[in-house]
Amino acid sequence: MSILRKLAFYLVALFAALTLNFAIPRMLPSNPVDVLLGKLQAQGPVTPETRQALMLLFGTDTSVPIWQQYLDYLQSLATGNLGVSVTYFPTPVTEVIASALPWTLVLVGLTTLITFVIGMVIGTIAGWKRGTWVDSLIPSTTILASVPYFWLAMVLVYLLSVTAGIFPLGGGYDVRRTSPELSFEFLSSALYYAALPALTIVISSIGGWILGMRNMMVSTLSEDYVITARAKGLSPKRVMITYAARNAALPSIAGFAISLGFVVGGSVVMEQVFSYPGIGNAFLLAVQNNDYALMQGLFLVITISVLGANLLVDLLYQFIDPRTRARGV
Amino acid sequence: MSTNPEMSSAAGVATPGRSGSVAPDSPLLSISGLSIDYLGERTVHAVANVSLQLGRGEIIGLAGESGCGKSTLAYGINQLLVPPAVITEGGVTFHDRSGDDIDVLALEDKELRRYRWNKVSMVFQGAMNSLNPVISVRAQLNDVFATHRPQMSKAERRLRSGELLELVGVDPKRLDSYAHELSGGMRQRVMIAMALALDPELMIMDEPTTALDVVVQRDILLEITRLREELGFAVIFITHDLPLLLEISDRIAIMRHGRIVEMASAEEIFFAAQDPYTRQLLRSFPSLTGERGDFIRHGAQLENEEVR
Amino acid sequence: MAELITESIAVRADAADEEPDDSQRRRGRSAFWRRLLTPKFVVGAVVVLLIVLFGLIGPLITQDPNAIDNIGLSSPSGAHPLGTTSVGQDVLAQLAHSTRGSLTVGVLVAAFTLGLSAFFGIIGAYIGGITDEGFSLLSNVMLVIPGLPLVIVIASYVESQSVLLVIVVLALTGWAAGARVLRAQTLSLRNREYVLASRVAGERTWRVICVEILPNLLPVMSSGFVFGIVGAVLAEAGLSFIGIGATGSLTWGTMLADAQNGQALLFGAWWWFAPPGLLIAALGAALSLINFSIDEVINPKLRTTNIAKVERRTKREHQS
Repeated sequence: MSILRKLAFYLVALFAALTLNFAIPRMLPSNPVDVLLGKLQAQGPVTPETRQALMLLFGTDTSVPIWQQYLDYLQSLATGNLGVSVTYFPTPVTEVIASALPWTLVLVGLTTLITFVIGMVIGTIAGWKRGTWVDSLIPSTTILASVPYFWLAMVLVYLLSVTAGIFPLGGGYDVRRTSPELSFEFLSSALYYAALPALTIVISSIGGWILGMRNMMVSTLSEDYVITARAKGLSPKRVMITYAARNAALPSIAGFAISLGFVVGGSVVMEQVFSYPGIGNAFLLAVQNNDYALMQGLFLVITISVLGANLLVDLLYQFIDPRTRARGV
Repeated sequence: MSTNPEMSSAAGVATPGRSGSVAPDSPLLSISGLSIDYLGERTVHAVANVSLQLGRGEIIGLAGESGCGKSTLAYGINQLLVPPAVITEGGVTFHDRSGDDIDVLALEDKELRRYRWNKVSMVFQGAMNSLNPVISVRAQLNDVFATHRPQMSKAERRLRSGELLELVGVDPKRLDSYAHELSGGMRQRVMIAMALALDPELMIMDEPTTALDVVVQRDILLEITRLREELGFAVIFITHDLPLLLEISDRIAIMRHGRIVEMASAEEIFFAAQDPYTRQLLRSFPSLTGERGDFIRHGAQLENEEVR
Repeated sequence: MAELITESIAVRADAADEEPDDSQRRRGRSAFWRRLLTPKFVVGAVVVLLIVLFGLIGPLITQDPNAIDNIGLSSPSGAHPLGTTSVGQDVLAQLAHSTRGSLTVGVLVAAFTLGLSAFFGIIGAYIGGITDEGFSLLSNVMLVIPGLPLVIVIASYVESQSVLLVIVVLALTGWAAGARVLRAQTLSLRNREYVLASRVAGERTWRVICVEILPNLLPVMSSGFVFGIVGAVLAEAGLSFIGIGATGSLTWGTMLADAQNGQALLFGAWWWFAPPGLLIAALGAALSLINFSIDEVINPKLRTTNIAKVERRTKREHQS
């Protein structure tokens, strides 16, 4: 029953996002179509089709009532018609997104997951062995957590790329030597170019996980069931993992879902520093070029991914914590 | 209030089924001169120079007001203290049924883990929280077996787990339950079952029934005494509830400010208590006619005594 | 960053959960200050103070940050202690003005966000019923929709990009998390005896909220406010960096954006892009330290050094 409730919530959130996407351009004082047309016209003559497409997208055809526009908008979404990109004219938005999405998913998604896991492990050990040298790591990782993602990226680029020349300056892969395909050349190149961005994510976000897990371990260790487990003479490893960590990790896992939203936001900026060909970069290009169609399409995709990830973690949580299954929380 | 004549025997009666190379009336556990301090801005002497001898199969009650040190003592003799609590002096010796004398406080790591639960098990205050909330009861019992009896097969473990639950009056189907699915009384019974899993010679029970309602409390107490008769383990029963101890204990030790002020058999305490504090404790049962009570829970000074 | 915030809020929430202990309160005052003034706290407080002073007084004594000069990009020298930008502007002066700008944005956003969180969280939870359901749904939805992209989308549609816009947009997208926490706290406080007592005695709703509930929410709210400042500064920096921030004004974010656009990295102009980021990190770290120190006072179990010291003393005494 609770699963249904959750799904319902996410559907509501999805609709809210879609409606926001629909409503914002229509609510603001300036007419986006005119602004856009103005900019486009500076680059060359605008075809009537483009003008029509834009008007359709933004519903500035005031002869059509708002609710009709909304339905048209939803319908076009359902058929997968997200419009045509201005930046990559005449490529449809869906294609642009399809080519950019894998980059971000792999880089940001994978790295965040790895950071989470490593951070939790270190946090577990730090909490278990409280009062040892591991504790002294905490302040430094805390400081790193307050450093802005992109600034850290800049520093790393400066140190490891410009100065030391170990890593490339930017991009997704070596454009001169390979192109996207399933080959060792390409994959190894992609990995090489992903190293710095990945490093940035790891360094700046691991501190939070370590601290959170450590503090939870510290409080969990004083719980009755941990003391009982010790009194039972169970091996320290078993107590640390199955009795302490499994309980201490629960809030962090919940927090992981929330942080997914922040991660997506952060990737937008970071991909700009590294000129990484992912969603974030496309989003920025869209913004800078006033490519409203691409921007709305990307916002949609980002929102759906975040909602989807949240839903997944929510459901996962049901498996991990048997108490939620009963209460239907 | 009645005393069970069978249980008022002196310490060290040999119980059936406990053969071995020990003399029937040699002690099971010897605590000598144990002192435990809580280090900090002001050092607190939680336990001061406590000595007592526990006989095989004997039930000793540890009574006293909150903060008198009884729980600290219990944790201490099992090496479960965490800093800032520290044992400053004294010793604890466990006289194994095979004839060995184990210096409990000197045990470390693997030996300590082997000693734990095998020889001495504990039932903690408020078993509400003694069960790991995220794994099943079966898994927790399995943990005990896997650690201490690795030679047991899966089938044997399942059998034994079922037996244990039945022993304490819980349906074996409950093995797959999680902690939150059990009522308070059931959780406590499960804890007792777990404590009995390895057939220990001593069970330490720290306020095992305080958080339960009186009816369940009675059931559990009957259960404990029945099991003790059947299996013959000794019990250190810690509580502030003196009347309860008078019913089930062989001997009772009254603690105050970290010391044992009096130790005698249950009848002696009830009929002829020596120490004035003991007498004060006895006088403050909530009586049926509604006179003063509440003394034990909040502590008070004796008449004519100053605050320490 | 988010994990640190949820962590600290959990600690404060825990503390608010416990009933106040009379004896603790009596000897509380001086002990509180003694426990608070740990090295950790002092370092944090001093750093924050220095940064604030820099932002307040700096702009008064440095050069004109916007004055263009022919030297172009130059490294630190006597005339320009932190060098110049690619168009010859004095970096130190820019830094001072940026500090003021960023701090203003940070504090204002944190304040507005707190106000919104308090409104949606506390009032909804206290009144209960449909209001609560509605507010709560709203917060959850706002929480789950990705913040930064939303901010970018909104900001990009508006013609004039000013500091005020940034502040408003950041507050509008950031209140959800705080609202959820405050709601949970209020729900648990609502049923405490002293709150029920005043309701039964006929106290008016707003009085109950102000007198009984708000004071107990102060720890959580203060933690949220402090971290809110850090979050706002970071968010503004991010926005400015991608060009949708307060493009006219001087903030740490706009400085970094200029540095990026002026190819500071390629030219190795560390004096241009390093200081703004360092200041952001310093402010964030210092505020975090302050928050953690307060956390440790509130929840003694978290204290690290104490335990280690006691353990060592324990071992020593046991061996002797």
